[in-house]
Amino acid sequence: METMSPLERVLRGLALTLVVVFFMFPIFWIFLMSFQTNETILAIPPSIVFSPTLSNYAALITGKLQTAAGTLDIAFMRNLGNSIFLSVASVAVALVLGVPAAYAFARHKFKGSEDIAFTLLSFRFAPPLLVLLPLTQYFQWLGLSNTYFGLIWVYQLICLPLILWIVRGYFEDISADVEYAYRIAGHSWFATFRKIALPLAGPGIAAAGLLAFIFAWNNFVFALVLASADKQPVTVGALAFVTSSGIQYGQIAAAIVLSVTPTLALALYAQRYLVEGLSLGAVKG
Amino acid sequence: MTDTALLIKDVDKFYGPVDYGVHAVKKLNMDVQKGEIIALLGSSGCGKTSTLRMIAGFEAVSRGTISLAGRPVQTLPPVRRNVAMAFEGYSLYPPLTVRENIAFALKASKLSQGVVDEKVAGIAKLLEIEDILGRYPSSISGGQQQRASLGRALIRDASLHLLDEPMGQLEPQLRALLRGRIKHYIKERGLTAILVTHDQTEANALADRIAVMEGGVLQQFDTPQKIKERPANLFTGTFVGEPPMNVFEASVSGSESKVAFGLKDGVRLEYPASDFSHAVRDALVQRQKVVLGIRPYSVRRSADGVTGRVAVNQWLGDQTHIAADFAGGTMVLVEHDRTELDVGQPIGIHLDPSSLHVFDGESGRAISHGQELA
Repeated sequence: METMSPLERVLRGLALTLVVVFFMFPIFWIFLMSFQTNETILAIPPSIVFSPTLSNYAALITGKLQTAAGTLDIAFMRNLGNSIFLSVASVAVALVLGVPAAYAFARHKFKGSEDIAFTLLSFRFAPPLLVLLPLTQYFQWLGLSNTYFGLIWVYQLICLPLILWIVRGYFEDISADVEYAYRIAGHSWFATFRKIALPLAGPGIAAAGLLAFIFAWNNFVFALVLASADKQPVTVGALAFVTSSGIQYGQIAAAIVLSVTPTLALALYAQRYLVEGLSLGAVKG
Repeated sequence: MTDTALLIKDVDKFYGPVDYGVHAVKKLNMDVQKGEIIALLGSSGCGKTSTLRMIAGFEAVSRGTISLAGRPVQTLPPVRRNVAMAFEGYSLYPPLTVRENIAFALKASKLSQGVVDEKVAGIAKLLEIEDILGRYPSSISGGQQQRASLGRALIRDASLHLLDEPMGQLEPQLRALLRGRIKHYIKERGLTAILVTHDQTEANALADRIAVMEGGVLQQFDTPQKIKERPANLFTGTFVGEPPMNVFEASVSGSESKVAFGLKDGVRLEYPASDFSHAVRDALVQRQKVVLGIRPYSVRRSADGVTGRVAVNQWLGDQTHIAADFAGGTMVLVEHDRTELDVGQPIGIHLDPSSLHVFDGESGRAISHGQELA
């Protein structure tokens, strides 16, 4: 480690603090809000001194939203469950389809391979709303609207290109000769893929999977249009807090805290892979 | 009795569409006998590595057949060809130690752990890598990785061993030592090996026969001695040999009594007709343009020779390299003693007809070597 003068150390600490405050303050504020009632939240001037309440969390977990106009049913816990199921299933499907495809694009130059890869990437260029209208029509014809299957399928528009392009970069970074050396020692193509290519690209696959999970989790518009209440994830479900008798800030804050937690936990757990993965690959996140 | 280990017949390699892509290997024909060591020698991009990879099965053969021990293999995957290969880029498995990397190659052969350990120890001793067997590839030097990669190839009992620039990263002393050991190892076990190299010393030291390649075309395939003494064309003549062969364009004229070569700057070399055989004389006078070649070791200084002027005079510790301006070009001479010659000093140069290689001026093909027709 290089040595720093005391002044440098102080400035460095100050800069780091500023950055942390800048990024963490909204989350911290929402965290505080989730323990307050609507009245204390809307009090002017705002205060950080308040008597904490768990009523927001209680309302979310029981599904009974107390408003000025009476009790409303909300399906937040169900939304949370939907989010977890949709995101996990979408990423799983995208990994199963995307990793072998990424390997094929990285290792084999076949006719039109670049065109196919680019077409898949272009799914991410199109504004989702442009795709949604015709998609709604088709889904109704096919009986796929408001099904988990249909949603997971549409989520591939988000996850598949991401995984395909990031993982492809990792496969391309692995020297093909390492695989050849394995194959010539008497192993099949598939064994080589499983025993050499997959482990070596592991960190990259983990990073791509995590990114895809975050994108899927945060998706709003596909689920808004294609799913009704019982299939909706938290991003859409949060709309329920905007009621006819006002916006339930406390519950929204509590909902945000709850819905951020899985991604945050996953990100913290996978941080090691993420940093290693994203800094090694050809495609930087 | 020897039998054919490898037969390459009319093989073409195109990168891109056949007949339109880059033509990397052109109508290659080669045979390798069992127990032979062959060197594919050429500069970068000459097609030698493409050839090796086609034999291994990592590149598709565009046209033609490759047979291993009489069995056509060009459509088989690498796993079914029973060849071993050492890669130029080492290609060790990063998560495994050097020992595991080498032992790994034996996994498919289902040997007992004891036999594997013994074999690994043997090959490690041979390649001087005993002390790094427990280390991981990322923590050892390029030369060590290369030896580990070589060990992984040599340890196998394959019907053909392919070695791609196997010693390029090694220190000169170690390279010289290992050359001898590896040759002994291969010969002792009766293995067949093809070595790709751009280092002619390595090719000469290791190989029974050398295949010189250039521009995707096999130029000559012969013993090291034949390639040196009887180069098939101008390319082989100038590519093999250090320092390279001196070459000069010349016109030929002949009469009953003498043969004369007219070089640039009015330089004329006249030889009595008896210095060449009849056949050579006939072949020479049919040509208008030829290229004369002579190896630097064969050029002699003599008072009655043609005059050249010393341009460079270098004593290399064991031999002198003299470069002289001669007939519009440069003539390099090698002498074994230290020679006191000043730059600009005139010297007489004598080209002995028995050391002359004559090539066709158009095609570059050899016409004669000394007294004999090519």
